[in-house]
Amino acid sequence: MTDRQAKALTADLELPTFDATAFTIPPPLGTATVAIVTTASLHHPDQDDFAPTDTSFRILDPARRDLQLGHWSPNFDATGFAVDVNVVFPIDRLQELADTGRIGAVAPHHLAFAGNQFELTQIRLDSGPAAAKLLRADGVDVVLLTPV
Amino acid sequence: MSTLAHVFEAAGLATVALGSIRAHMAGVAPPRGLFCDFPLGRPLGRPADPAFQHRVLAQALDLLQTARGPTLAEFPESIEDDENVTLACPLPPRFDPDAHPAVDEARALRPGFDRAVARYGNRAGTGRVVDADDIPAAVEAFARVADGTPWKEAGIPGIPARVAQDIRGYYETAALALAEHTPGAWETTRWFLDATETGRTLRAARQRLEDAGVSRNVWFYLMPGG
Repeated sequence: MTDRQAKALTADLELPTFDATAFTIPPPLGTATVAIVTTASLHHPDQDDFAPTDTSFRILDPARRDLQLGHWSPNFDATGFAVDVNVVFPIDRLQELADTGRIGAVAPHHLAFAGNQFELTQIRLDSGPAAAKLLRADGVDVVLLTPV
Repeated sequence: MSTLAHVFEAAGLATVALGSIRAHMAGVAPPRGLFCDFPLGRPLGRPADPAFQHRVLAQALDLLQTARGPTLAEFPESIEDDENVTLACPLPPRFDPDAHPAVDEARALRPGFDRAVARYGNRAGTGRVVDADDIPAAVEAFARVADGTPWKEAGIPGIPARVAQDIRGYYETAALALAEHTPGAWETTRWFLDATETGRTLRAARQRLEDAGVSRNVWFYLMPGG
């Protein structure tokens, strides 16, 4: 099994299209609150695992490192994350950027969705906007999106 | 993931999306995207390498200065999967000659699994549906499938793909302790699939299911690859 083979498996996936590209200008980075939203299906052990085709999200506590990888696809390397959460969820790096003033602050909550979704309507119309509302309520200005 | 970028921007959040599949980044065209030519599973590139991760983040965050989108940049450093490298990981000798070789092997890897969990936590190992104590029994269930038992009668303790993930996670986590270094991407997966009794058993079970005409959804995700 190789990375080339894993990527080749995604070649025929139908990709969503967007008629227009929404675009938000953030405040200066040194004043911005930054959140991570990952599609790696991460969750804390006391939260529900992701079901297949699960379009909901989990709220991640930036103080915790007890994260579990709930993604259903077998077609990625998991040992990098097993050794270092930051290779998928760079929470320590984000805190270091806040400590040095490169970013304003680390958000109080971060989010995880399940990637490998084939039907995206629920995410576009329901859970995605709900996640955005939660992030906005936390004062988030910038979102870093990471896959797995 | 890039879909969320569009949704969030429309809600007033500025986004930067990382991604390692170029065609997807170009096709979904997030408002700001950074293509990183890294192996799948490691979007920040190198585990336990804060300096490298900071270089990725710095370039990603620089994209916030762009005035319009979509914009797609590329991180200048690539990380190649060295396809010829398989983790060199010692496997324990047979202990119980009466047990299936894969079951015997799974039992013998438990100390390694426990050492890795003590060091790193159990982030990608077991526990989705099968705890470490029950991994040997789960392996035995797939051995029965490989030997011809219909999968619904084999005692697989959950959705087969999820059980198989826990088995692979158990082995790959144990390998972290046995190897005593951070393997490159896919090295432990190749070791699991090609060098272990359980990897071979899972492959045989998958083939048996496919040959028997079982639904593709049951067998396809038992292991990586098409």
